[in-house]
Amino acid sequence: MKKMLKTFVAAGAGLLLLAGGATAAEGQKDAKNISYSFEGPFGTFDKAQLQRGYKVYKEVCSSCHSMNQVSFRNLGEYGGPGFGVEQVKALAATFTMRDGPGTDGEMFDRPGLPSDRFPAPFSNEQAARSANGGALPPDLSLITKFRPGWFGTFNQLFYGIGGSEYVYSVLTGYEEPTEEIKQELPEGKSYNPYFANGHFISMAAPLADGQVDFDDGAPNKVDDMARDVSAFLAWTAEPKMEERKSLGFMVMIYLAILASLLYFVKKKIWADQH
Amino acid sequence: MSGPSKYKPKSAFGKWMHERLPIMEMVQVQLMDFPTPRNLNYWWTFGGILAIMLVAQLITGIVLAMHYTAHVDMAFDSVEHIMRDVNYGWLLRYLHSNGASMFFVAVYVHIFRGMYYGSYKAPREVLWMIGVLIYLVMMATAFMGYVLPWGQMSFWGAKVITNLFSAIPFVGESVTTWLWGGYSVDNPTLNRFFSLHYLLPFVLAGLVGLHIWALHVPGNGNPTGLNVRGSQDTVPFHPYYTMKDGFAIVVFMLLFAAFTFFAPNYLGHAINYLPANPLVTPAHIVPEWYYLPFYAILRAIPDKLFGVIAMFGSILILFALPWLDTSRVRSGTYRPIFKQFFWVFAIVCIGLGYLGSKPAEGIYVFWARILTAYYFLHFIAILPLLGLFESPKPLPPSISDAVLAKKKPLAPAE
Repeated sequence: MKKMLKTFVAAGAGLLLLAGGATAAEGQKDAKNISYSFEGPFGTFDKAQLQRGYKVYKEVCSSCHSMNQVSFRNLGEYGGPGFGVEQVKALAATFTMRDGPGTDGEMFDRPGLPSDRFPAPFSNEQAARSANGGALPPDLSLITKFRPGWFGTFNQLFYGIGGSEYVYSVLTGYEEPTEEIKQELPEGKSYNPYFANGHFISMAAPLADGQVDFDDGAPNKVDDMARDVSAFLAWTAEPKMEERKSLGFMVMIYLAILASLLYFVKKKIWADQH
Repeated sequence: MSGPSKYKPKSAFGKWMHERLPIMEMVQVQLMDFPTPRNLNYWWTFGGILAIMLVAQLITGIVLAMHYTAHVDMAFDSVEHIMRDVNYGWLLRYLHSNGASMFFVAVYVHIFRGMYYGSYKAPREVLWMIGVLIYLVMMATAFMGYVLPWGQMSFWGAKVITNLFSAIPFVGESVTTWLWGGYSVDNPTLNRFFSLHYLLPFVLAGLVGLHIWALHVPGNGNPTGLNVRGSQDTVPFHPYYTMKDGFAIVVFMLLFAAFTFFAPNYLGHAINYLPANPLVTPAHIVPEWYYLPFYAILRAIPDKLFGVIAMFGSILILFALPWLDTSRVRSGTYRPIFKQFFWVFAIVCIGLGYLGSKPAEGIYVFWARILTAYYFLHFIAILPLLGLFESPKPLPPSISDAVLAKKKPLAPAE
């Protein structure tokens, strides 16, 4: 059994080399590894932070970025920003939804309902591109799951893929380009070494100190807002994270107890054979 | 293998049933009384683990299929719908996606156990070959399952793998078009992959039935490779191995749960959370970890057709393994030189997996070629020659002697 464990450790190490064989995209700088409340096996979302992050999305990001997978009702569900029922209704109503056709056969506008999805800022990809200098602002629902902040089998095992760190780093990572880089910088783009598709990003630095006023009076420097909105986007990508971790903890304990009981039963049964 | 039946129906209903369908007798003879070598170590528990994983994949998969939509415009969103709106949908999907990886972890341990202990040797050749067939069907099933979420890696993975068939001389293009159901990977492709992904697991279940049948004719091998001589060498399957397997299964479930609940996306690719886009090719198209060694072999060969032949050949050669290994001694335990080559081979396979995850350029291609050559040499040169030149260590007289001899200092089984 000892020998077998040794073999397993060796094989496991080999397997780790295989798994997550992600390779860094061209020249993307590793995201800044800031810490969040939702990291680790027991980490949970900070509700106040998610509410602030929502406000940043609503007031800044949502003018260009869609969030197609998220409904207003999600904002009031377990494990999320924890808005109350009335708050969710009120906040849904601040959005205008295109609906119809009505009885007269025409499309009409109405205030949003909790059951609605977040409306997209542009009606189609072409409209989005033409309003953004040819670039398509990606949907943000899953961005923290499809854009890794760093690569490497072990890095990702210990620190996760760093999706929210990626968002934070891009938002805070705009740099004044050096003379040399300026030569290459295409018209209308900004220099951002953390950006995944080359260093030149079509989105101009979206945040400025004090841009969003938080209801709880929390600090609103660029760094604070970037933290809050990146945490919010971690939640939009994985809204069941808290449910998953708490259920997982119970499952692990249950299996550990069952395994030890089975071990002793097995030992007793085999006692006459050894 | 099974001795004379000791089954006696106890109840009136049992007697009535027994005269019509003696299923309870089969359960008792094949699953409870079945004489099993008393010296099986924990490497032998992976058969049971695999059976449980197949059932787990079937159950989670059938429920997922109730909520999934196989259409290029809706597949990605339907998977997100499962993750967000279906009750415990996130759990079902993470169990299913991580379950596939765990299935392969277990099958690789199971295959390498068979290779080390010579489980493929007479009279178990057919048992082994059914196993290789199961592995092939598993690979096809997992590949088609990975396409279903219709993310970027789903789409481009499907494109790369189906394109392999275009290497077939003369009819390659037609075959690829036929597989796609069109002129590119599109809605018909997704639809048929869904259909087959639902069908093949039941084919697997049938093959597993044959595998167990073929196991129950000669009975289990064992770490000494010796034949069972009599009842002193065996114990009834129940309760000895039901409990030993049960314990191992629950320990394996711990690993499965650790991934499912605490690193559910670690074994997948981040980019598959981006919807498929036929116009944007990802920077690196990499298959799931369990295909990486074969992907390395494919890319090691400069010619497409021969690359494809080598890739399929690397699995098909396993069918010939019972005849390529010429040694009369079954178990690697008593083959000092084979043992070393076995571990070299295992490291070569892991090395190929590592190379498969890297871009096909420079030094990676060089090493992939060396290791690919070694992979095939192991089967066509090393194994046949070893059997002729190696002098095995003396074998113990019987299984029970081996158990008694090992009881004191080494005790590998327990």
